[in-house]
Amino acid sequence: MRADLDIIQAWIAHGSRVLDLGCGQGELLCYLAEHKQVEGYGLEINHDNISACIEAGVNVIEKDIDDGLASIRDGSFDVVVMTQALQVMHRPDLIVDEMLRIGRECIVTFPNFGHWRARGYLGFRGQMPVSKFLPYTWYNTPNIHFCTFKDFERLCIERNIHIRERTVVDHQHRDRWWLRLWPNMLGEIAIYRITR
Amino acid sequence: MPTLFPDDSVGLVEPRLIHFDQPLRLASGRTLPEYDLVIETYGCLNADRSNAILICHALSGNHHVAGYHSPEERKPGWWDSAVGPGKPIDTNRFFVVGLNNLGGCHGSTGPNRPNPETGKPYGPDFPIVTVRDWVESQARLADHLGIRQWAAVIGGSLGGMQALQWAIDYPERLRHCMVIAAAPKLTAQNIAFNEVARQAISRDPQFHDGHYYEQDTIPKTGLMLARMVGHITYLSDGGMREKFGREMRSGTLNFDFNPQFEVESYLQYQGERFSTAFDANTYLLMTKALDYFDPAAAFEHSLSDALANTRCRFMVISFTTDWRFSPERSREIVDALVEARKPVSYAEIDSQQGHDAFLIPSPRYMEVFHAYMRRVAADVPMEATDAC
Repeated sequence: MRADLDIIQAWIAHGSRVLDLGCGQGELLCYLAEHKQVEGYGLEINHDNISACIEAGVNVIEKDIDDGLASIRDGSFDVVVMTQALQVMHRPDLIVDEMLRIGRECIVTFPNFGHWRARGYLGFRGQMPVSKFLPYTWYNTPNIHFCTFKDFERLCIERNIHIRERTVVDHQHRDRWWLRLWPNMLGEIAIYRITR
Repeated sequence: MPTLFPDDSVGLVEPRLIHFDQPLRLASGRTLPEYDLVIETYGCLNADRSNAILICHALSGNHHVAGYHSPEERKPGWWDSAVGPGKPIDTNRFFVVGLNNLGGCHGSTGPNRPNPETGKPYGPDFPIVTVRDWVESQARLADHLGIRQWAAVIGGSLGGMQALQWAIDYPERLRHCMVIAAAPKLTAQNIAFNEVARQAISRDPQFHDGHYYEQDTIPKTGLMLARMVGHITYLSDGGMREKFGREMRSGTLNFDFNPQFEVESYLQYQGERFSTAFDANTYLLMTKALDYFDPAAAFEHSLSDALANTRCRFMVISFTTDWRFSPERSREIVDALVEARKPVSYAEIDSQQGHDAFLIPSPRYMEVFHAYMRRVAADVPMEATDAC
């Protein structure tokens, strides 16, 4: 399993009710169902991913998260997860609010735009960063709301969101001790565990 | 004669009639003392009887789901695109059962069949049947066939409503429930269209209060109008535009009231064909069954409470341009299932075909259908099935 998913699954208790926003091919939900008897649903819009989930027996619901989650009741999930999708949302702040409304706890991961490579690219070349990890050019990228760790934490403070845990990994989702020395400069992917 | 039919067809099929002599008490309070159901089956029932799939039909459907009744038959069964060797409902893996519902007009006990008490056709005296009544009669059919638990119950439109009712009424008797282009209940608009259809039929002078069989006539005009208005609700605005536009049969305006636009003659043709192939009393009954369907009503109008005791997994599918039972209606079912903590997947298929899309094998629809059916098949032991 992808290293960030491994970190996330460790934060999810046995038998929880989990909603995975942008669940991809259902890797995390499949693992949680098998190893932790988790009852989960994934939301997804990619057609191939939806078919893959259906065939794997993962509960997948075709839905554009940007349309809102109003049909889901307050506090109806133990954990709401969103991996690598915050930056493609039209209003990341509203989505985080919604996640905290329907889930008792939320886990969010996103790429850190404050990473030294992104800073260097913009600083020296004067162009929006393009890399193997973030391969899009500015005009065709689905990533419309990049932020840094600091930005995200400021949002949490403004909205009274409590950060229970956080960690950073590199672009291969590996946990490296030295990333924690200066996460906003060295970490490539942030993983936050938040509650209201 | 392997060359007569396509390779992925179930080929030549034969309906069979099953008689039930145990009285069936209906939701209306009335009782059918005895009845017949006409069915068709495809594929082989496996040794532990775990690979059976029930197909529930919609308003004008019947037991002839797939294959051909004769080499001369022009068109195969109504869902031949989904049922056959290698198709989503793969007859190499599954034993598939299709039936004509009670009140139907294709051989099962209904208005056009003789009432055993009088020897004359039931006509308007045939009791109003509901989706629940159908499901109960289908459960008795399952008993008769020795099927304790369906691998899946599948239906589109009114058929999807039956599948949903199965999950509620007989939670132990199905493992999967596939609800396609359906709704948890009809809206005022849906009922309104049905009422126009009913008025068209019952106000036809040839209707004779439903006793037209004795008069040796049929309310052809009424049934034709009912079908025409129904047919409009099965298509989408965009689909009709694409198919007919404002094409005219002759190049110029005639300044009279004869059909001139292609869409007019198409609708007339469809209505005309239907009016001689379908029974008017059955049409009235089917629209009533639709209007009355509301499984949440018995649970203080909470659909999630209605679904609380279900035990199966659900697959819900809708089509973007379907305005008869729009994607919102399917999402109501999905939301209620999520709230009731039931396993459910949902796909919303892009289509230009409106409500009719559930009968048309578009690529993504078939991909989703295949994917879910492979999941259904995974629970069924694989065995040689050419032994039946």
